[in-house]
Amino acid sequence: MVALLAGWQVLAFVLRSPALPGPAEALPVFVSLLSELLPHGALSLWRVVASMAIGTLLAVPLGLAIGRSDLADSIFAPLMFLTYPVPKVVFLPVLLVLFGLGDISKIVLIATIVFFQILLTARDAARAVPEGAVLSVRSLGAARLDIGRHVVFPAALPDIFTALRISTGTAVAVLFLAESIAGTDGLGWFIMDSWGRIDYPRMFAGILAMALAGVVLYEVIELAERATTRWRRTAR
Amino acid sequence: MTFLAFDDIGLRYEGQDRVVQALEGLSFTVDAGEPIAVIGPSGCGKSSMLLLAAGLLVPGRGTVSIDGSPLTAPRRETSLILQEHGLLPWKTTEDNAALGLRIRGADRRESRERAREALALVGLGEFARSYPGELSGGMRQRVGLARAVALDADLLLMDEPLSALDALRREDLQDVLLDLWRRRGHAQVLVTHSIEEAVFLGKRVVVMSPSPGRVKAIVENPGMGEADYRSAPEFHERCAELRRILAAEGALHAGAVVHP
Repeated sequence: MVALLAGWQVLAFVLRSPALPGPAEALPVFVSLLSELLPHGALSLWRVVASMAIGTLLAVPLGLAIGRSDLADSIFAPLMFLTYPVPKVVFLPVLLVLFGLGDISKIVLIATIVFFQILLTARDAARAVPEGAVLSVRSLGAARLDIGRHVVFPAALPDIFTALRISTGTAVAVLFLAESIAGTDGLGWFIMDSWGRIDYPRMFAGILAMALAGVVLYEVIELAERATTRWRRTAR
Repeated sequence: MTFLAFDDIGLRYEGQDRVVQALEGLSFTVDAGEPIAVIGPSGCGKSSMLLLAAGLLVPGRGTVSIDGSPLTAPRRETSLILQEHGLLPWKTTEDNAALGLRIRGADRRESRERAREALALVGLGEFARSYPGELSGGMRQRVGLARAVALDADLLLMDEPLSALDALRREDLQDVLLDLWRRRGHAQVLVTHSIEEAVFLGKRVVVMSPSPGRVKAIVENPGMGEADYRSAPEFHERCAELRRILAAEGALHAGAVVHP
């Protein structure tokens, strides 16, 4: 933490740009603007969380099912491989026309991006489930749903969490883009609005807030992962 | 009264560039409540035979039947213990032992209670909340055993369930298995590499021969289950008889069954 602050101060000193104030200058400004930043921050966070939740809740069951069913896989895998590399963010203008400038267009965009990332991961994780585990549960008379619940889902969870953590970065980045281009509120808008007014300390306070939001989100996911995957850390 | 029947079973595995005839003309029966042991060199299809009995494999030829009806899918009353003990690494020991019950619809509390009883029976009462990753191979094997014990199976299928245990622990657990059979009266098929274990736990010992797997001989062992059977002269005679049969198979080397 100290190293980070020190590095920041050095960088600011070296660059001598009004756009990158050092911590000594930026932090007090940040604190003084908190009351203004909080509502924007809350909005941005809500958008990210909602879209990640939607994307994940749709992608996990579908991805796991595709991974476990050869039939579904033969249908969906080619579709996935074709569409995944397309940078979905370029469709932002389309969404803006369809859904307007409000929350929905942003949430749809981020949810779609997260959906693809998690879908791919869930499918791969489902395919990698150890067959011995599946066999032993089948031998107990388990139906397909039991296997999904007792074997596939818990086995895939660590990989899904990893993908979630990575998605956080993407989600916040895309939100920033969407809010700065076509928004009337949120941290992204706040940052670009300050930039337009050439109020760099204010801009940087917004940047700090957005960075903080990303970190908080990441940590929450990390905590959830720790709570649900204790078994991984107990290997002899 | 015949309970489990293998009738002229043929089974082949199709690999990338060859076909392996795992079993051919395999026939034998197990009566209700009868414990039998199966012994034979590695590669003679013992594990395949167990998977067939569990309903996890369907034979290419012949029928596997239970209580007269052909077996086409795993039964809930059958309990199978595989060599890899089938433990799920993401569940605690007690949840693993309770898994069979949970799948059959028992609620969490009840299944955990019965699981804990079973764990105590195999000497793992204190490890209920540990994860398989924290246990030794022998301990994991015992958890697999506890899972089978927790169920009210009428057919217990076991693929070398005690192989990872040291000799002392092994005999202890053999006593546990014997006691379990006495109290529950289930039919049992125990696949083992140990001649002594086969004689201790099988009223009949089926000797299989490899490539393709089929029944070579069945040794009657009526003394099984008698008090202190391991010290009885009959026990040693049966062991010797099995050794002779296996040696004639070319399967023996210095008293143990050979793994190729």
